[in-house]
Amino acid sequence: MKVLDVSAIKDGSVIDHIDSKSTLKVADILNIQNEEQVVLVGMNLTSKFLGKKGIIKIGGKIIDQKEVNKIALIAPNATVNIIKDYEVVKKFKVAVPEVIEGIVKCFNPNCVSNHHKIETKLHVVSKNPIRLQCHYCERIMNSKDIVLI
Amino acid sequence: MVSFKQRDIISIRHFNKEELLYILDLAKQMEQTARMDVLGGKVLASLFFEPSTRTRLSFESAMKRLGGTVIGFAESGITSIAKGESLSDSVRIIEGYCDIIVLRHYLEGSAQLAADVVDVPVINAGDGANQHPTQTFLDLYTILKTKGTLEGLTIGFLGDLKYGRTVHSLVYALSYFGAEMFFISPPSLRMPRDCVEELKDRKVKCHENESLFGISKKLDVIYCTRIQKERFADPVEFEKVRGIYRLSKTMLEEIGIKDDLKILHPLPRVDEMDESLDKTEFAVYFHQARNGVPVRKAILAAVLGVLE
Repeated sequence: MKVLDVSAIKDGSVIDHIDSKSTLKVADILNIQNEEQVVLVGMNLTSKFLGKKGIIKIGGKIIDQKEVNKIALIAPNATVNIIKDYEVVKKFKVAVPEVIEGIVKCFNPNCVSNHHKIETKLHVVSKNPIRLQCHYCERIMNSKDIVLI
Repeated sequence: MVSFKQRDIISIRHFNKEELLYILDLAKQMEQTARMDVLGGKVLASLFFEPSTRTRLSFESAMKRLGGTVIGFAESGITSIAKGESLSDSVRIIEGYCDIIVLRHYLEGSAQLAADVVDVPVINAGDGANQHPTQTFLDLYTILKTKGTLEGLTIGFLGDLKYGRTVHSLVYALSYFGAEMFFISPPSLRMPRDCVEELKDRKVKCHENESLFGISKKLDVIYCTRIQKERFADPVEFEKVRGIYRLSKTMLEEIGIKDDLKILHPLPRVDEMDESLDKTEFAVYFHQARNGVPVRKAILAAVLGVLE
């Protein structure tokens, strides 16, 4: 018999296969502290693929594309399940887009995007490992440099 | 087919080897013809938010020698920027008064921002510590003229490699020509890590050193740069590295160099290059500065599409 480590939700989003150490960062992206329905966060769960994984279940919320793009930068192996009446109605793996707009701050303090009211824009030069190049100042950031807006 | 018509000149990264060589070939033609009235009726807006002598004046000279006219400013304190106008708004307004914009700004990425909001071509004349592509074209032109080739050279970059935008542009261009590069700087002014990683990705042989000793005899070209006081937030940090390198005729004789070594410098110099070098056959930096006019004539003519 299958035993769930984390209870099922009736409606909402499940973000699964998060690298366990990134779970709280993903929770931060999803701003879970402001949710009013059930939120379940699991860490260090057994995963065949990742060894240890994290999972987040948010009742009553369908996560949007901007949130998916952010999650892809922090947890590139994550999958998203949209749940309706306890059934998975949509399932997809997060994917890093070619261009990332308005969600990552350029790490260069002298970049024009940190001084003018413009939307940040970064080109993805490598997805694994993640490397982003600022559209404006051309500096290349590694995953450790990524600061989400 | 190579075409520069209506293109922005923002970063050397945006050009391939064939395009670089196209401009160098055009510059050679421009050097052989002092005046051509091909840009009659065209207006260049010269927007300099940072001090400049060579870049600004050589662009103005180039435009005028091609029959065009120049408007603009050499300091932003006398413009609406001083009233709080944004860079985007300023260039949108100025676009209505000109056919091409030449922009120098202290913030990295400012030229790209300007290019994104206007329809006229924008030429980056230096954006903070990032890029200075037209300087790179004239550096390449100078190396080609004085060494006879761009292929397979061993080049030493000396001085402020962290903030030196001319270096950041030039190394990228030279990566197309199989150059081996030595980066000589104090630890605090090393090449940005992402820049070195990018060169390594492009299979460039590059080495980092703190001194010319032991490597000087390998070099075909030394590209010397000024340690830029204006880029240091902390004056104490500047004082630690000020005057750390000083090339002189005697010093080069002592450490040993190739007979046909050429020394370039984007200028201005402060104390990193002794005047004893000026009259030697190694020194090509004054020729380099002079090459700004034919190279910028070539770029203006190509971007404004009058030679196609």
